[in-house]
Amino acid sequence: MAKAYLSIENVGVTFNKGAARTEVLCGVDLKIEKGEFVSIIGHSGCGKSTLLNVVAGLTPVTTGAVILDKQEVNAPGPDRAVVFQNHSLLPWLSVRENVSLAVDKVFGGSKSAAERREWTLHNLELVKMTHALDRRPCEISGGMKQRVGIARALSMEPKVLLLDEPFGALDALTRAHLQDSVMEIHAALNNTVLMITHDVDEATLLSDRIVMMTNGPRACVGQILDVPLVRPRDRLVVAEHPTYIHARAAVIEFLYARRAA
Amino acid sequence: MTYPKPMFAQATPAPAPAVAALPGAPAKPALLPELGRRARAVAGVVLPPLLTLLVVLAVWQAIVGDSYAGLPSPKQVWLESKDLILHPFYDNGGVDKGLFWHVFTSLKRVGIGFSISAVCGILLGVFVGSNRWAHRGLDPIFQVLRTVPPLAWLPISLAAFHQANPSALFVIFITAIWPIIINTAVGVRNIPSDYVNVAKVLRLSPVEYFFKILLPATTPYIFTGLRIGIGMSWLAIVASEMLLGGVGIGFFIWDQYNASRIADIIVALAWVGMTGFFLDRLVALIGHFVSRGNAVS
Repeated sequence: MAKAYLSIENVGVTFNKGAARTEVLCGVDLKIEKGEFVSIIGHSGCGKSTLLNVVAGLTPVTTGAVILDKQEVNAPGPDRAVVFQNHSLLPWLSVRENVSLAVDKVFGGSKSAAERREWTLHNLELVKMTHALDRRPCEISGGMKQRVGIARALSMEPKVLLLDEPFGALDALTRAHLQDSVMEIHAALNNTVLMITHDVDEATLLSDRIVMMTNGPRACVGQILDVPLVRPRDRLVVAEHPTYIHARAAVIEFLYARRAA
Repeated sequence: MTYPKPMFAQATPAPAPAVAALPGAPAKPALLPELGRRARAVAGVVLPPLLTLLVVLAVWQAIVGDSYAGLPSPKQVWLESKDLILHPFYDNGGVDKGLFWHVFTSLKRVGIGFSISAVCGILLGVFVGSNRWAHRGLDPIFQVLRTVPPLAWLPISLAAFHQANPSALFVIFITAIWPIIINTAVGVRNIPSDYVNVAKVLRLSPVEYFFKILLPATTPYIFTGLRIGIGMSWLAIVASEMLLGGVGIGFFIWDQYNASRIADIIVALAWVGMTGFFLDRLVALIGHFVSRGNAVS
């Protein structure tokens, strides 16, 4: 069997703060294929974000390794673009400049200036943000900021797109819109996506597989659930589907029933 | 160690409404009421300080009266220093110049001293803010040195430089640099970790990080420091010019004191105060334009 595209192998993370040692993750194993959409779900503080930061290269592993496309991950890089929960756009740059900063950095050597401009626009088109190119982040809504954050991440042409609770700070309607956008983009570009969430419906609707984490400390992968729903998925149609209902119930059962046991 | 959020040394109430009310937007339907509204807005900003000034002058006149001992009354100031007030631009050669030229010379000195301290202060502040050990080692020293008054630096700088001119510039430099260093360092230490993570994911080089993330993210803090710094360097001008002699508002005050012309000193003080106020507004204005859209994320 060929190696998985993204392989998280026996990853453990221990934080040392003075004399205190906290083992956040322990023996996390996960294989993700190219083009897969995988969600990681778990209770707050279980180390989901730590795991994402490990894949991003922002947090070093204590044990184990992360291997992406046959290369070990040990530093952050644009091949693992992150969409942060609080958008993290640079407030002194316009929408266009926030994306072009990434485009110019990543493609500075391989694309001409005109191509880079075109590419920036193309990515902002994907998230339907071309109407606010010259606005600054403080002048657009939270959902729009997150769209720009997604455009910035996409523009790096990452091997894997890392979403860290991307819609957590948004209201339900905006969140639904953005989820639909992410599904469209995933369908069009077939990106490999790893998403952190604590929203059961979001995980079930978007994912091919849902990874459920046990509670920390020493969190690990508790269970992995396949969501064999055909794409494209329509939230209205899918909500009635037995597979959806079953998957959703299984996740809730894991999160709430197992925890008590 | 925690710092309070950067503060402005002189919290001058911003006369922004006057500026904001001026630009003419098209107001076709009701031009007259619109004009009246704007006039009222401007008057609301300009009149209170003018009235306060009149009251202060009146009280001063009432207390001092027209006795010829001690502090001159406003009326005496006017009578004795009318030439000085009405002719700021005259130039009879030598030291006998109008106040504008004195202030102008002093401004040039402050300009040189302050520019050096701005460059050094920002660089040192970035270093201290981004290096934990530099911060632990240097910050306590800065906190002690910044409380040394300008006048106290004078003998030290004279001993070090032997000449009047570099010593005077050094006094301005050393007075202005501390708030610039300290505020820049606070700004660098407060760069949100999100921006740092973005830089890491993009693999920005140190130089790119400096210009694209660090500098814009700390601009508001830097300008707070510059604003306090320019105020303090203007405060230092009198101390440093006592030493220099020649033309300059600081020496002018010292000279008039030796000649017992208190009325002239009062006029000079008004010039010093107004100039300081405009310098502060100028730096604030530059800061406003440079860090546009940066106040809230």
